[in-house]
Amino acid sequence: MTAAAAPVGFRNQLRARWRELTDNQRIAATIGIELVAFVLLWLIDSGLGYLAALVFVALWCRRMPPLPWRLLTEAIVVGVFVAAWLAGSAAGGIPIVLAIAFGLTWIPERHRRWAIPLIVVLLAIAYPIVLQRLFVVPFFGAFPDILTGTYMIVFMMMAVGLNIVVGYAGLLDLGYVAFYAIGAYTTGWFASAQFAGQKCSKPGFSIDNCPGQVVPKLNFSLGAVGVPVGTGGIHISIFLVLLLAGIVTALFGIMIGLPTLRLRGDYLAIVTLGFGEILPQVATNGSSLGGFNLTNGQIGITPIDTPGFGNRLSNLTGGFLPANYLTCCHRTIWHHQISSYDVFFWTAIALLAFTVFCSLRLRDSRLGRAWIAIREDETAAAAMGVPLMRTKTWAYAGGAFFGGVAGAYYGSSKDSVFPGDFFFNISVFILCMVILGGMGNVWGVLIGAALLAYLNKSGLGNIGAWINAHIHIFGHHLNINVPEYSAGIYGVIIVTVMLVRPEGLLPSRRRARELHEAETQDEYLYDLRHEGA
Amino acid sequence: MEGENVLVAEQLRKEFGGLVAVNNVDFVVPRGKVVSLIGPNGAGKTTFFNMLTGVYKPTGGRVTFLGEDVTGKPPHAITSRGVGRTFQNIRLFANMTTLENVLVGMHSRLKANMFTSVLRTRGVKREEAAARERARELIQFAGLRRHEDERAASLPYGDQRRLEVARALATEPQLLLLDEPTAGMNPQESADFTAFVRKLRDESKLTVLMIEHDMRVVMGISDRVSVLDYGEKIAEGTPKEVQADERVVEAYLGKAAVEDMKRQGLA
Repeated sequence: MTAAAAPVGFRNQLRARWRELTDNQRIAATIGIELVAFVLLWLIDSGLGYLAALVFVALWCRRMPPLPWRLLTEAIVVGVFVAAWLAGSAAGGIPIVLAIAFGLTWIPERHRRWAIPLIVVLLAIAYPIVLQRLFVVPFFGAFPDILTGTYMIVFMMMAVGLNIVVGYAGLLDLGYVAFYAIGAYTTGWFASAQFAGQKCSKPGFSIDNCPGQVVPKLNFSLGAVGVPVGTGGIHISIFLVLLLAGIVTALFGIMIGLPTLRLRGDYLAIVTLGFGEILPQVATNGSSLGGFNLTNGQIGITPIDTPGFGNRLSNLTGGFLPANYLTCCHRTIWHHQISSYDVFFWTAIALLAFTVFCSLRLRDSRLGRAWIAIREDETAAAAMGVPLMRTKTWAYAGGAFFGGVAGAYYGSSKDSVFPGDFFFNISVFILCMVILGGMGNVWGVLIGAALLAYLNKSGLGNIGAWINAHIHIFGHHLNINVPEYSAGIYGVIIVTVMLVRPEGLLPSRRRARELHEAETQDEYLYDLRHEGA
Repeated sequence: MEGENVLVAEQLRKEFGGLVAVNNVDFVVPRGKVVSLIGPNGAGKTTFFNMLTGVYKPTGGRVTFLGEDVTGKPPHAITSRGVGRTFQNIRLFANMTTLENVLVGMHSRLKANMFTSVLRTRGVKREEAAARERARELIQFAGLRRHEDERAASLPYGDQRRLEVARALATEPQLLLLDEPTAGMNPQESADFTAFVRKLRDESKLTVLMIEHDMRVVMGISDRVSVLDYGEKIAEGTPKEVQADERVVEAYLGKAAVEDMKRQGLA
């Protein structure tokens, strides 16, 4: 790199100019810009001031100034917000948010690896308890409720699962929803009255002219809770079903994988797209497969059993593990009456933590290396002893497993499985989460998934309500139904990300390098020319 | 085991549509020797290599490695039996570090599977630690110590070639296939590389088969040289014999040139 090469493009020029400043000038500029932005935005709406603060913290985390300056700046920023709070601002919780954000930046680098996830998990666990005391965020509305939270976590799980396939192994899968569907239907099959069937209680008579009562033909129960007496069908404890769903889905992933994974790139994408289309159709039309009612068609399978640990485990743990999620929880923590939604939410967190843990362990293993090697160069990977088919199939099976568990849990938590839940747009939606967050990086994918799932479930509605209430054009209130435009909005988000930051919000270092390879090579040639070489 | 042939190719043939790239070639690699495969561009050398390593399925013929028929087996199966290779146009995992590249080479020698990796059992931990240590030794051996945690694509050209060899060695091969290992190297680097290959043969007891264009390298280290032209083997023998072979000179310079040389009393 020579200094002679003038930076090209507005962003690079800005960056170069920023680099020329001394540390003190940078700090002064940051504080100045932040305060001006804050005051200006505050005049428009207190909520926008809040956004400005968050942007500031995000920038702060990336470019850490020397210690005394940090203390001073952070004191000023927090001071301004506390003052605003005391003056009766709506954004009352901002000091708390800022304190947490700044607190995170104070953790020494080498402890961040475990400390930040731990703090985030603790905050998430505390979330249902403190939710009612949280402030309303202007623009974004209230904090997401617990149902939304559970929805977000389920999609985060699926995104982490898809990341194994797309991010690690580089296999573009456009039909991930198939795994979600299989997981959900597995709960439907093994934890509901779906396969109950009917028979006459008196042997030897058909149902039509039964002198006695018509009773379920099949009745199997294993650790299930809250199933009314006399309900037939297969009822296995949801926790076992989760595992079972994961395994069934993984097997299905292998089955789909064996014929399709011989294909590369676009061809694989098209075939997975096909599978993603086929499965919902099978689910829709599966009410009579050769006379056998597999999926109950459009009506779907409902109700599905509730999770629960049963009385014995519940008593053993002193009521800590609820016997039945739906009838549980008479406990109050910090004036918060724990509801069954909270328990669903906490279980989802545990499942997500498990998913992330497995995903990280896999990434750093022999298999993870082989996946990345395949993504980088299939031929070379094979020549180095990596069995392509087997390794790719394992990636598929791993991704499918977590998709299946997520689907099974979601089916159980909302008590039903419908074919309408599993259309193509969900596959794309999950893929968008992975791309937005940063392919290959679990943390990035988590952020991308949380953001998109939130927007989809309640964010867009809230934002729409805010826009309609606050923006007037020529004295007219707007009346836009923002969620109606969701597909377009996601499209704009993805296109923007692809243009501005193709590696995603929080990319893996490796992916970022891949995508910026061309740029650095260009720069190199450019420099050579300048040196007359 | 002395004097035994590590690799035997019988009547090996590859057709691409109507083009016969390799035409019924018989070929052996004796244990502990350095064998070079030379020939003009497009003679079918790399195709021949790709058949030996399973990248291409031969149209006809047989490949036997250590007495076992490996014809048409997938590349990873052949690698795990003890054939390591490098590529003509460097094919490192560009965005993985030097260490990671070498570790991928060890894939077939490690046992961790999906479940033990997630559980990180004691066996997996031990295996991983041993693998890393072994990888560092190889990196040291290839003289890449200071690049250990650098991304492969950012290494200097000569070092990338070395890394390819280190990665191939990580597969614990008995036979090492090098496809134009000194392409693009300057004379000093080529000389270093020649010494390196000699070290592999003499100290690590490796058998080496290489495609090479640099005659100084070929004549310097080869025990045997085979010459391919238009998919056919036209000569074989010690470097001296091959050098003197009229058909070889013809293949490289053309018939007219040879006749010209004869007229002038040069050949």
